[in-house]
Amino acid sequence: MTLTVIHAPSGGPTPVLGPNPDRVENLACYLARGGYRAELPPEELLARVEAAELRGHGGAGFPTAVKLRAVRDGAGTPVVVANGEEGEPGSVKDRWLLRARPHLVLDGLVQAARITGADRAYVYLSDAAAERSVHEALTERDPGLPVELVRTEPAYVAGEESAVVRRIDGGPALPTAKPPRVFERGVGGAPTLVANVETLARLALLAAAHDATESVLLTLSGGRDAPVLTEQRYGVTLRQLAFLQGTVEPKAVLMGGLFGGLLPSTALELPLDRARLAEAGTGLGCGAIRFLAPGECPVSVATDAVDHLAVESSRQCGVCVSGTRALRDTLVALAEGRCDADGVANLARWAQGLPGRGACGLLDAAARLAGTLLNGFPELVAAHRSEPCPACAATPPDAGRRLRVHVPAPLSAPDRAGDSSRPTQPQPQPHPQPQPAPACVG
Amino acid sequence: MKLRIDSTRCQGYGECLPPAPGLIDLDEWGYAWLLVVDLTDDQESAARAAVDACPNDALRLER
Repeated sequence: MTLTVIHAPSGGPTPVLGPNPDRVENLACYLARGGYRAELPPEELLARVEAAELRGHGGAGFPTAVKLRAVRDGAGTPVVVANGEEGEPGSVKDRWLLRARPHLVLDGLVQAARITGADRAYVYLSDAAAERSVHEALTERDPGLPVELVRTEPAYVAGEESAVVRRIDGGPALPTAKPPRVFERGVGGAPTLVANVETLARLALLAAAHDATESVLLTLSGGRDAPVLTEQRYGVTLRQLAFLQGTVEPKAVLMGGLFGGLLPSTALELPLDRARLAEAGTGLGCGAIRFLAPGECPVSVATDAVDHLAVESSRQCGVCVSGTRALRDTLVALAEGRCDADGVANLARWAQGLPGRGACGLLDAAARLAGTLLNGFPELVAAHRSEPCPACAATPPDAGRRLRVHVPAPLSAPDRAGDSSRPTQPQPQPHPQPQPAPACVG
Repeated sequence: MKLRIDSTRCQGYGECLPPAPGLIDLDEWGYAWLLVVDLTDDQESAARAAVDACPNDALRLER
């Protein structure tokens, strides 16, 4: 895999990427940048979150203030969870964030606990480097409430909120049927906020009065050139992002990880704007966007992506097992030039009928990939029916391995504080001050 | 009342179809899907019969 480049646009704003995204940010640096502010009363912070229209950055884009309020007002003492399990193969921003800026995420988690009245918190992840980074951050500063790290095995569905709760409660990281939603009944039956780590980072930035909702972390990848992790202002067009990544005339765009479907090149003028993307039948999802180079075939990419989803189905719902398999097999037939009119009609029917039928959104993603392929590329689909496509033949489905992006590995700050005598589990203190503060080098 | 299905529990027995033909259908793989979620009063007894017919408790009624 080609190493991922981190790109901070000179015009900013890049509050989450921060001034030094190649290094791990230690506590001294984070405090120097105004972190861990607790002077704003919770109700005012919630009002600020609402006014800033902060939305979830994990995929669904749900308004964060609504979720915070629902958890706060639920029956029982709430629990808050930082969700760092990034199952999308084309996304790296969450793992980078936990590796490079653990304090920003923990600050957001603490702010979420203040708003909801939660008395315990979890950081949920699968990435070992991220776990080390968060563990180190927790030893640098006592967060003031119990924070437990919960490690899971990486899987596409492991970050889905009901899977997160099930895993924290000691079960497998597999989704459950809704309702109940986790904000009603989550960890141990308590109302639970499961928030994406970038969402929490932006919550922390709002608490420090930063401009936190003008921008979004993106993982851009393409058929050639290195993938790019960047933070961009909303409103930037897909064409500008493709240029930034190095795919100058993309043939198609795979949006929102695997959740936004495939868009034709006519969609390149779309701005990164939730409403405009929704109008166009797509979405930002987790901010992962893949541009197809001129030599790549959208049929091949859709087939590979659906193959990945079929493999990653947790095999709990019969309709998901059968549905993803049928979608995959029919797309493989199309890629190999042996799909008849019935096959194409089936794809269209499944694209309409399968969304919403599984316990989680995996089947919806597979159906949308098929549906957007048919809608956005009708001539290409027709051409694939009559003869085999050389590009598809050269890139048979590989369970999405070609979609994977390398996670940047920020450099650790050297330990200058000589604080090896510090206990690894410091006693809880209501308002701990770091003494002595290690130098700000990250 | 709402009719709900837990897709993780539906095994495709098809026992829910006879009592509630207008509320539930089976897909080409035999799994149940709901034609109606928000039930009218006169649909409730059929829905309840479908819930009771499922050998795997995949269906339920919810206020």
